[in-house]
Amino acid sequence: MAAAPSATAVSTAALLAPIRAPTSAFLRRTQLTRHRDHSLKCRRAGPIVPAAAAAAAGSSSSPSSAVFHGECFVVGDNIDTDQIIPAEHLTLVPSKPDEYRKLGSFAFAGLPSAAYPTPFVAPGEESTRYAVVVGGANFGCGSSREHAPVALGAAGARAVVAEGYARIFFRNSVATGEVYPLELTDTGAWKECKTGDVVTVDLSNSVFINHTSGKEYKLKPIGDAGPVIEAGGIFAYARKTGMIASKAAA
Amino acid sequence: MASSISAAAKASTAFAHKKELAAPAPAQHRAGSSRRTKPCRVRAVASPARAPRAPSSTGSVKSAMTMTEKILARASERAALEPGENVWVDVDVLMTHDVCGPGTIGIFKKEFGEDAKVWDREKVVIIPDHYIFTTDERANRNVDILRDFCLEQNIKYFYDIKDLSNFKANPDYKGVCHVALAQEGHCRPGEVLLGTDSHTCNAGAFGQFATGIGNTDAGFVLGTGKALLKVPPTIRFVLDGEMPPYLLAKDLILQIIGEISVSGATYKSMEFVGSTVESLTMEERMTLCNMVIEAGGKNGVVPADETTFKYLEGKTSVDYEPVYSDAQARFFSDYRFDVSKLEPVVAKPHSPDNRALARECKDVKVDRVYIGSCTGGKTEDFLAAAKVFLASGKKVKVPTFLVPATQKVWMDVYSLPVPGSGGKTCSQIFEEAGCDTPASPSCGACLGGPRDTYARMNEPMVCVSTTNRNFPGRMGHKEGQIYLASPYTAAASALTGYVTDPRDFLM
Repeated sequence: MAAAPSATAVSTAALLAPIRAPTSAFLRRTQLTRHRDHSLKCRRAGPIVPAAAAAAAGSSSSPSSAVFHGECFVVGDNIDTDQIIPAEHLTLVPSKPDEYRKLGSFAFAGLPSAAYPTPFVAPGEESTRYAVVVGGANFGCGSSREHAPVALGAAGARAVVAEGYARIFFRNSVATGEVYPLELTDTGAWKECKTGDVVTVDLSNSVFINHTSGKEYKLKPIGDAGPVIEAGGIFAYARKTGMIASKAAA
Repeated sequence: MASSISAAAKASTAFAHKKELAAPAPAQHRAGSSRRTKPCRVRAVASPARAPRAPSSTGSVKSAMTMTEKILARASERAALEPGENVWVDVDVLMTHDVCGPGTIGIFKKEFGEDAKVWDREKVVIIPDHYIFTTDERANRNVDILRDFCLEQNIKYFYDIKDLSNFKANPDYKGVCHVALAQEGHCRPGEVLLGTDSHTCNAGAFGQFATGIGNTDAGFVLGTGKALLKVPPTIRFVLDGEMPPYLLAKDLILQIIGEISVSGATYKSMEFVGSTVESLTMEERMTLCNMVIEAGGKNGVVPADETTFKYLEGKTSVDYEPVYSDAQARFFSDYRFDVSKLEPVVAKPHSPDNRALARECKDVKVDRVYIGSCTGGKTEDFLAAAKVFLASGKKVKVPTFLVPATQKVWMDVYSLPVPGSGGKTCSQIFEEAGCDTPASPSCGACLGGPRDTYARMNEPMVCVSTTNRNFPGRMGHKEGQIYLASPYTAAASALTGYVTDPRDFLM
């Protein structure tokens, strides 16, 4: 795992380094492994320094302490799974690594171009520059296709911040560990955010900060789902916590 | 390899352990007629030592539950459940298809090992139906992946298709999974059915708990036969009054979704009761339950009755036992509708809750009409459309595409006489009306699909459709506009070229 050493490489210099946005997309594009790598998680150790923490990776044992920082991509209410990943791309099988990446390149390909002139994934790219998706009510409604959270995760998005989720999308996000489906306590944030705004999602403080607009929004705690997503999904979590035998064990 | 197997083995041991500790659920008391049902499956036989039972689990102290709560209580071997509780349930049937099956199989193999076996080869139902009649190589490959897996695992119920040039040359092939599940006897009262498709809730029409899950959850079920489910609170919809002859179940569910919105039942169960529901056929009940997901619902249920038992006759040899909501059961909320006062409705673009009366949309010019899918491509849906064409005696003004859900529906379209037609079949009436020839059964253009899918919307057009979703891009083109409607309204609209209230032809 080439990227592994950076997970522990915490230095003062890194903490004080200027913002490297879009952090996660940049890092993600450079590696091919499917599962969450700790180097991609910008976790905070010690007092919160949201901007600087983005460039650093620390070790913290407390659950759901991740901090994501980067640019956001803004969508509205009732974004259904056909807009997240159009059905014509469902021939791609997410469990096959090359097709997994291809799914990422089609993330949000179903959004009407008139209403969303900026594509989530730039033409010719496999990953997105947007680490965080900001949405309205009932995000991920429609079909049960797991391809939806997979496409977002494969593209490099780390979290969705929305007013609410359709049940199956929420569950699939947790089960796969692809993206954190985070809920805002209030409505209307998506109307105050613009695609490209620089944002920070801070799980331990349950806060979503838009640095561009200077506004801050409260998030509902992710609760027990947090550690599952952090582990990389239900199977990884079950192995990590001893619920099922580790694959590495004899 | 060995380690992977041991992982699976350990997982199932953990569950078995849990099973031993849990007190068996008492035999459910029966409400209503269950003449056709056989005695309860005795699940407790396999549990050797029972933990002492609390009084509440012996049946002497009973908490009132809704139908959904009762089904989940029985499946988790619990005496009582409250909404919000998370419980491990035994899955009776797991269904998957060509779109999510390959990914589910991939996860199953990765997590349980290449040599792992599914938990029960008779409880897995695999139905290729989404992308069948296409030259898309990856779509074709996905059906091959299903076939290889079913052969390897000796899956009992695999509805295969090999000859794509002629679906009739494939006796095993059925078509749209949700309709096939019902027609082949896989939907049974009181059971738990999970499927990798959001419209799995269709099967709630049989008084069973049925809901859609993702690949990862389905991969887990394949290996263990268990799923962790949160018990949903139930919203009750009481539909009373005589159903006017110009309304279909599609009008009722569009009315309801328009009332509560596309997220009005998120995380909740929707129970449909009342004299109108009792009068509905099984296919109409399926239409009602099929679209609960369009309101965000976790599942929908209709209490099983004589209509259910009669439909199931000869379709299954599995014992089943229906359950019913207690009179004292607590419901999250109640909605009441006087069906006799309702009018035909449509859902305008681009949301299933964007309700309007069909007659209010009479100036909307349409480019095509589509009759098909799990929601609107059943035998009775085609009989309803034929009734409108027959009543008008005119020809359609826009291209009208017909996609029977299953091979059985296709046969019915070509063989059943339409009442009042002097013995004509639907297919004859459709031909006389100038419709396109009924296509090979599959999900077709309901969800767009590969570019060469029959009747896919490749241009930004306006379509009146009997399908279930009209979000942007659903039938292929992002700028396409879809009006969801009943088969009556769809056929009436085909005849005029505008969104049309079917009363214009039926009254």
